[in-house]
Amino acid sequence: MKTMLNVALPKGRLGEKVYAMFEKAGFECPAIHENNRKLIFENPEKGVRYFWVKPSDVAIYVERGAADIGVAGKDILLEYEPDIYELLDLDIGKCRMAVAAKSDFCDDPARTLRVATKFTNIAQDFYTSKGREIDIIHLNGSIEIAPILGLSDVIVDIVETGTTLKENSLEVIESIVPISARLIANKSSYKFKYDLIERIKSELSAQTEEKK
Amino acid sequence: MNDIILDFDERVVFALRGLYEQYGYSQYKMSKFEEYDLYVRNKDFLVSDSIITFTDTNGRLMALKPDVTLSIIKNTALEEGSVQKVYYNENVYRASKAGGSFKEIMQVGLECIGAIDDYCIAEVLLLAASSLRSISKSCVLDISHLGILSLLMEKCAVPQHLQKAVLKCVSEKNTHELARMCMSEGVSERNIEILKQVTEISGSPKTAILRLRELTAGIIGQESINELERILSMLEAEGLGDMLRIDFSVVSDISYYNGIVFKGFVEGVPAGVLSGGQYDRLLKKMHRTDGAIGFAVYLDLLERMGENEKANKLDALLLYGDNVDVTALHAAVKQLQSQGLKVLVQKSKPQKSGFRYIYKINEKGELVNENDA
Repeated sequence: MKTMLNVALPKGRLGEKVYAMFEKAGFECPAIHENNRKLIFENPEKGVRYFWVKPSDVAIYVERGAADIGVAGKDILLEYEPDIYELLDLDIGKCRMAVAAKSDFCDDPARTLRVATKFTNIAQDFYTSKGREIDIIHLNGSIEIAPILGLSDVIVDIVETGTTLKENSLEVIESIVPISARLIANKSSYKFKYDLIERIKSELSAQTEEKK
Repeated sequence: MNDIILDFDERVVFALRGLYEQYGYSQYKMSKFEEYDLYVRNKDFLVSDSIITFTDTNGRLMALKPDVTLSIIKNTALEEGSVQKVYYNENVYRASKAGGSFKEIMQVGLECIGAIDDYCIAEVLLLAASSLRSISKSCVLDISHLGILSLLMEKCAVPQHLQKAVLKCVSEKNTHELARMCMSEGVSERNIEILKQVTEISGSPKTAILRLRELTAGIIGQESINELERILSMLEAEGLGDMLRIDFSVVSDISYYNGIVFKGFVEGVPAGVLSGGQYDRLLKKMHRTDGAIGFAVYLDLLERMGENEKANKLDALLLYGDNVDVTALHAAVKQLQSQGLKVLVQKSKPQKSGFRYIYKINEKGELVNENDA
């Protein structure tokens, strides 16, 4: 039996874009377009098996070897710091991690800054590097309403177009780091499936170079 | 008989101990506890910084050992001109990185301490490679040299404050981030390309060293590369060339490790099962003038291996009723055991277990076969 390469794809818009890249690279799996609720698809001919995974879980699947490779946003990688290889920047799903607050916000350095965020490690690292004392409020969603309701002074969140922020009367006051989708690989799988993984990397790399 | 009784990891420990003793390594045994102080002073050397502590009856703060190497160094006196070789098979206590709870982990490893030379390094690498082989035929030993990396960063004019971040990129094979970072700090395009190409090296010693020389000729002195080549030629002569890779993504803390570092992988296990290197700098921190090289094998990661071997069904179940003659019952047990079966005696069949054969002892004291499907 041919060894299959297990690929973890993030469920959602980004994942669809990523799959299109894999398809273009010659690793198609037509079954994936069937409109059903299956989460695992394989194409034994090409030796690939794809599965849809919650975006924030891709890194876990890859780190633990359940997936040999996967695509995860840099935000997830920075937040969880999984022990994996980051082989390529796919240059898609581009956005940035930023600090946002109400337009009339004025920071008082004498007070502990209350920061609401899903990304507690990123926020902590950012403010530690600035020597700023903070009180982290971990939220799981709708982070934008935190400063409006007085729960926090600022938020640290992903910003794409900035529309969501604007609609909630918030604005970006500081950019932390640019984010994009990255191709990651399990370190052990990389050793034993080197040729196939490197081939996928160079095919995808060629596609990202083309777009530039 | 041993092969059936021993678990996979028990068999591995058995094989490794035999291997190390063949090379004259003697076993180092230590207690479960060490003074917490020892670990605090060398926190970055540890795999994880979570340590279980308690206060001993004499008021001293003690730790359930998270590491064995530090204790070995502490308790091995310097012997001029010679090398001390010890191996260990100890339980260490660590919490997993992802904020998991503490676990007792069995670790096997060895240390070679003293006047370390080419032969010592080669022997340790050989033992590391052989250790991997006894775990699985499908294995890889990644070898790197931190001296080469440090020198390369220096000669490529990577600013001091950026070097730690650059090493992190190298450990992740993250060439795009490395390039971006170096470019924004004014490192030349040519030097960035060299760093990228060295990061991407991942091949057998012969091809990798050739490539390395190509990339670094005229930039760094070739002494460390020569050292690597000399040592690896001994392993290649042993026929281990196939499983060796030169790969700079093996990055260890340069405040402790100075030269050759290595990591072993086994197919089917998602993380490295063996890790080691030459750590003269740790000894220097502990005010010693000699050197050391060693490695550890993380047996907890091998838990899943050999799972298929364990038969789901136990051998034989012997059922008995009330008023049974105990002597007759035991005679029946001995009879089944003499046929090579492992026998479980119970009054009724346990719910969850499956058995290959089911026997019963009847009122006359006779053994009756009631075969299970």
